[in-house]
Formats: sequence, structure tokens, C-alpha cells
Amino acid sequence: MTTLLEIEDVSLLYGRIKALHGISITVNEGEIVALIGANGAGKSTTMRAISGIRPVASGSIRFAGEDITKLRADLRVRRGLCQAPEGRGIFPGMTVLENLDMGAYTRRDRAEVAKDLARVLELFPRLQERRKQVGGTLSGGEQQMLAVGRALMSRPKLLLLDEPSMGLAPMLIQQIFSIITEINEQGTTILLVEQNAQQALARAHRAYVLETGRIVKEGTGAELLHDPSVKEAYLGVA
Amino acid sequence: MTSVREWIYSGRHAVSERWHHAPRWMRWAVIAAVIVFFYALPNREFYQWLGPIPTTGSNFGQVLFTISIYVLLAVGLNIVVGFAGLLDLGYFGFFAVGAYTVAVLTSPSSDLKTLWPWLLALPVALVLTMISGVMLGTPTLRLRGDYLAIVTLGFAEMIRVAATSSEFLKGQRGFNQIPHPPGSYADGKPIFGVLDPRPYYWLVLTLIILVVIGVRNLNRSRVGRAWISIREDEDAAQLMGVPTFKFKLWAFASGAFIGGLAGALFAGKQNFVSSQNLELLNSIIILAAVILGGSGNIVGAIVGGGLVAYMIERFRGIELLGIQLYEYRFMFFGLVLVVMMIFRPQGLIPNRRRAAEFKDRRKEVIVGG
Repeated sequence: MTTLLEIEDVSLLYGRIKALHGISITVNEGEIVALIGANGAGKSTTMRAISGIRPVASGSIRFAGEDITKLRADLRVRRGLCQAPEGRGIFPGMTVLENLDMGAYTRRDRAEVAKDLARVLELFPRLQERRKQVGGTLSGGEQQMLAVGRALMSRPKLLLLDEPSMGLAPMLIQQIFSIITEINEQGTTILLVEQNAQQALARAHRAYVLETGRIVKEGTGAELLHDPSVKEAYLGVA
Repeated sequence: MTSVREWIYSGRHAVSERWHHAPRWMRWAVIAAVIVFFYALPNREFYQWLGPIPTTGSNFGQVLFTISIYVLLAVGLNIVVGFAGLLDLGYFGFFAVGAYTVAVLTSPSSDLKTLWPWLLALPVALVLTMISGVMLGTPTLRLRGDYLAIVTLGFAEMIRVAATSSEFLKGQRGFNQIPHPPGSYADGKPIFGVLDPRPYYWLVLTLIILVVIGVRNLNRSRVGRAWISIREDEDAAQLMGVPTFKFKLWAFASGAFIGGLAGALFAGKQNFVSSQNLELLNSIIILAAVILGGSGNIVGAIVGGGLVAYMIERFRGIELLGIQLYEYRFMFFGLVLVVMMIFRPQGLIPNRRRAAEFKDRRKEVIVGG
């Protein structure tokens, strides 16, 4: 298995507050890797460091064999790294189709973009139904699907998903996770940040547990799912 | 109040629906008629026939020229504020750079004594304003929202203070005898003279049409999509691979370019430029015009710029109960703005997306509160 993303000893500061204390994460090609942890553990911050929205203070990020630590966020997208932002990260004034079109902003291969659009609309039939509707008028679940679909439109090698289940009804959570698995089976590597540890660990090949900006545990999804301390802290069972 | 609001919404909706569903030739015919109307407007025989539309107590041709300059400025600022969503409170600073560049290069009162013709100074003025836009934008566009507004406000004030107190820029004495644009009639009389303001108005009108065509094409291209995405959600835009800083700078430079053009035209018409032309109020008026007309919509910016400049001039020479209304023009202006913000915060002719963004924000407030 080849390594796609390699984060080594990354620290990140918000002003004078250290949000990440030297974390190291590896994502191999074809995997689903989950990053779980409580509120404020630094999960979204890690995502921001990877996608380049926030500069790191120290450490290195390597993607597909290249050092991208200092690379601008938009150039990372061109290298095949795309994030579906947390929560309402869609463009509220654009229609569903326009939003999806923005996902393909970096691409010029129109025929392939059209194919990907068909694929995304097939994955998310709801988006197909609402394709002319303005993004801001969609429900929370539909917006989440739109955010994932839009990120897919860039045809990423690595898809970063920030809390894809946030604020969704249990049935929708099931649905979105099975779509994530499907996307992965179609060949996209996924790094996933989640508070819903149960679902994330069940779907992920490997996972990391983040606590106050440090990696405290790592293992396969199944291992962590049965780890007593993880069970107690994140799965709500003693 | 709700019913009034609904009535306004539905009325405007019906018009826009009809417009978008009208056949192409009909839309072109309407646009052509509007353009012909505005070319004909400064002719006395035509406007006298229009009843109360022309202004009193001033030369209507001159007023139309002023209005056209405001429209040009509103179209330029609309790129920055409306498309890219960058709050620029010092837009008039670019107008100043354009006007002063022309003045310094052409006027005999300038220390440079280059005495260039107007047409030669024009491209230099445009390039310099664009450069000043990039220079101001490079450090400040990394900032967001409020910071940007304050820095741009400072920029316009800096230019005003420099123009007032620097010996090179002549302060309130200003630059005189700035040459007019070139061109003469068959009988050898210059087209752009001192007495007749109409040729200047026609020139600006023509340039507005060209600029609008250019801006419209730009807005429909990848550049326009990038601007809209930045306005709607800058982080998301960056995550989709939009080089946000580059495109913000582009919006700033394009806006500056148009502002500089307006300044250069003004200097060529007015013959005289001094620091008294550089009131902060001008920046505010143009911003108000863009917001009033419908931020993000080119037609909205044109209507807003025209309406604001016209309203201010319309009060001139009107007396009511012994009060000169012109003295209170800005009070009425403020009142209109307040009423607009209550009933139609998205502007008279809003951009479809912009309206949805407003709704989205309102929803967010309700959810949050």
C-alpha cells in the first residue's frame, strides 16, 4: 500500500494558543481513515491544516510524495486534495448545479466533468431532484450531501470530510455513511473527521483518537470500536 | 407593513419574470430604446418636452454629465462591493488618482511642465490607478470585512490630505487649464469645448456602455464565478481551488481602473482639479448608490448611481415654505436610505443570488436566536 498523505509532527497556533501539539497521521491509498475526538480536540483544525486554510507552525505535510506544507490552499485542490467543509459550507446563493460546478472549478476536462456530475447526481438522487434550487433553501441534510458532492466534483485523490453527519437525523446519518463507503469503493481515499465515533469507526479501515491537540490512540476501526477506553469516552458505553 | 413589502416584492417579481421571458428581440428593442433616450436627453428640445424631469436652477446638460460620472463610478464600485463582496469605503480615492494624474501631466500649473495632451495622459492615468489599486490591495486584501473597510477609508483620506497639503499637488489652488479631449467639428470648432457639456456627457455615456459590456462578460466568465464564490463563502471558495487572493486583487484593480477613468474624464471636462473635489462624502454616496440600486447587479448599479446623483441635483432651486430644499438634500438622501434598508435591503434591482444570500442570512439569524 502506498502512502497518500503523511502528516508529521504538525503543530498549529491560533494566536498564542496551541491547537495542535505535534500530531502525526498517515493515510494510505484506498483507505477510509477516521479522526475521532470530542469537541475542541482539534479535529477541524487538523482538517484546516491539511487543506491549507490555516498555516502550520511546525512539522510537515506530504501529499502524493510531495511536500505541501507551504503550498497555497487552492493549489492543493489542483493536486487532488479536496475538502467538504463543515456544516453550511455551500454557496447559499448558487443553485445546486452551480454549486457542483464550483467543485469542478480547477478542472478543464469538460467531458470528464460531465461524467462526474452524472455520477454525483446518481449518488445523491436528492440533489438531482433539487438541481435548480438555490443552495441556501436546502435542508441541512441536503446541504451536507451537496457539500460532499461538490468536493467529489474536483475528482480528488483524497477526500476530506469534516463532520459529514453533523446535525443530521439518524436515518440520514446511515445514508450519508453508506454513500461515503460507496465513494471509497469507487476508488477515492477518504479522511474523515467525526464526532459520531460509532459510525465512523464501523466504516473506517483505520482511525486516530484526538484529545486536546494530541493523538492519543490509533488502530484499525474494529480495534478502536472494541477498545474499552474508547468505548467509555466516545461510544457512550461503559 | 408586511403587505406593503409583499406588494413591492410581487410587483418587482412580475416585471422581472416578464423581462426574462420576453423574446430576445424585444429585450434588445427595449435596451436600444433606453440607450437612444439617454443619448437624446441632453437636447433642450427633447427634455423640455418631458415636463418635470429636468433639474431646475442648473444646466441640465451639466447635471447629466455629473450623473453619468456617478453611474460610471457605481458600475466600477459594483465590481468590488457587489461581485466580490469587498467593502471599499475609499473608492473615490481611485477617482482622485485618475484626475490628479491627468492634471499633473497636462496642466501648465503642474511642476512637471510636461503639458501633455489629454489623450496621452489618459492611459497613464488608467495604468497608475490600476497600480494604486494593486498596491492598496496587496497588503489589505488578506484582511477581511471590517479591516478592509477601515483601510480603504484611510486610503481615500490619505490621498485627500496629500492633495491638500503637498506643494506638488497644489492643495486648494489646484491645477487649472487641463486640456480637453481632442476632436473638432467640420468647421474647425472643438467638439469638447467649455460651453457645451453635452459632448462630454455623450462621451461618458458611450464609455459606460463599453464598460458595462466588458464587465458583463467578465462577470459571466470564470472570473465572475470566482468573485461570487468569494462573496458567498471565502473559505469554501478556497477549498474549491479558487485562488481567492488573486481574484480579490483583480476585482480591486478592475474597480480602480474604472474609478480612474471617471477621474480622468472629470478632469478633462472640468479643466480644473483641486483638493476640494475630494470629499469623503463622495465615496459614501457611490457606495450608497450601489447598495440602493442592488449590489451585485450591473443594471442596479446604473440605476442606483443615476438616481442618487439625480436626486441630489433635483433639489436644487426648489423652495418649500421659504426653505431651500437643496440645503437639506443629504437629509432626504439619508431618509431614503433608511427606508430602503427597512423595506428592500437587497436594493431596487437586486441580484438573484444576492437576494438568496440575504434570505439565507436571515434564516441563520432566526436559527441562532
